[in-house]
Amino acid sequence: MSIAAQVLAQLDGAETKAAAAAEGAGFAYGLAAIGPGIGIGYLVGQAVQAMARQPESAGQVQTTMFLGVAFTEALALIGFVVFILLKFA
Amino acid sequence: MSLLLAAESEGGGLEFPSLTQLVEWPDIIDPIGFNKIALIHVLSVVVPALIFFLASRQKSLVPSGVRTIAEGTIEFVEKQIIMQAIGPDGMKYLPVLLSYFLFVFFGNITEVIPFFQMPANARIAGPIVLALISWAMYIGIGVKNHGMGYFKEVLFPPGVPPALYILVTPIELLSNFILRPFSHAVRLFANMLAGHILLVTFGVLSITVAGMAIGWIWLEVFTFGGLVAFTAFEMFVSLIQAFVFTILAAVYIGGSLHPAH
Repeated sequence: MSIAAQVLAQLDGAETKAAAAAEGAGFAYGLAAIGPGIGIGYLVGQAVQAMARQPESAGQVQTTMFLGVAFTEALALIGFVVFILLKFA
Repeated sequence: MSLLLAAESEGGGLEFPSLTQLVEWPDIIDPIGFNKIALIHVLSVVVPALIFFLASRQKSLVPSGVRTIAEGTIEFVEKQIIMQAIGPDGMKYLPVLLSYFLFVFFGNITEVIPFFQMPANARIAGPIVLALISWAMYIGIGVKNHGMGYFKEVLFPPGVPPALYILVTPIELLSNFILRPFSHAVRLFANMLAGHILLVTFGVLSITVAGMAIGWIWLEVFTFGGLVAFTAFEMFVSLIQAFVFTILAAVYIGGSLHPAH
């Protein structure tokens, strides 16, 4: 029997539920952060490239970049809300 | 204060306060439920109103003092938000977007102001009301400018092959009319709550390290240094989130004015 299974065997129902919720919460946020992380990295990278090529359009690119970041990170933030709900609600 | 007690009650061990302790505040005026969040909301209406009132009292040709702040803010909203997201015909929405920007910004910046140390927008009530107002507003503007054709333009966008409407229409319905106020509000709420928890985490770590044996005091470089750095970062986030919330409201209005693109 692994250590984790030994620990789980000693827990009662409510504690098992709390442990599963904590585990699920951690996975929820971690998985939700992968996609937006890649997305924001790509987005900002492309924006920097655009600004380096055409410095005179930097203002407009920057505004559009913030807008894109806001749309992309919404997914990570919903993951964070799920984390809070699983852990505390 | 409760945080200090929470950190010290375990004899120096790391005890993280519960979420209710972080975001729920006792009533200041008891029977009507007027707590710190409500106080911040009132202040974030009164303080910008006062700034703009004082600015409007200046009669000199050259702006100085508080008027430079007021004019700079208006110019920022005009140039960076309305012109970028709507265009010149959006100038008539300047008052509402300026109010959004200032209300959200003051609700956010209390996160790093001593005595408050709590962003009012870390409770979902504030953002959800603002998002629902924006939701009602952009649908209203769409109907006012295009009549019932607005819904047709949004739900059945022109240039799409008719067979694809089976796929496109439910997606557009969900994303434009149902999920939009939710994501608009959650974006602001979750950002501010995450920032608040981040600052609390570093605050608790700093206190814990300060209570440790003398040989470990060098850890404060990371914990207290992190607290200072993240406080600066959260000031930046407060501004960015106010900007993003306002520009999204503007983008939605722009979409209602010109639904074709």
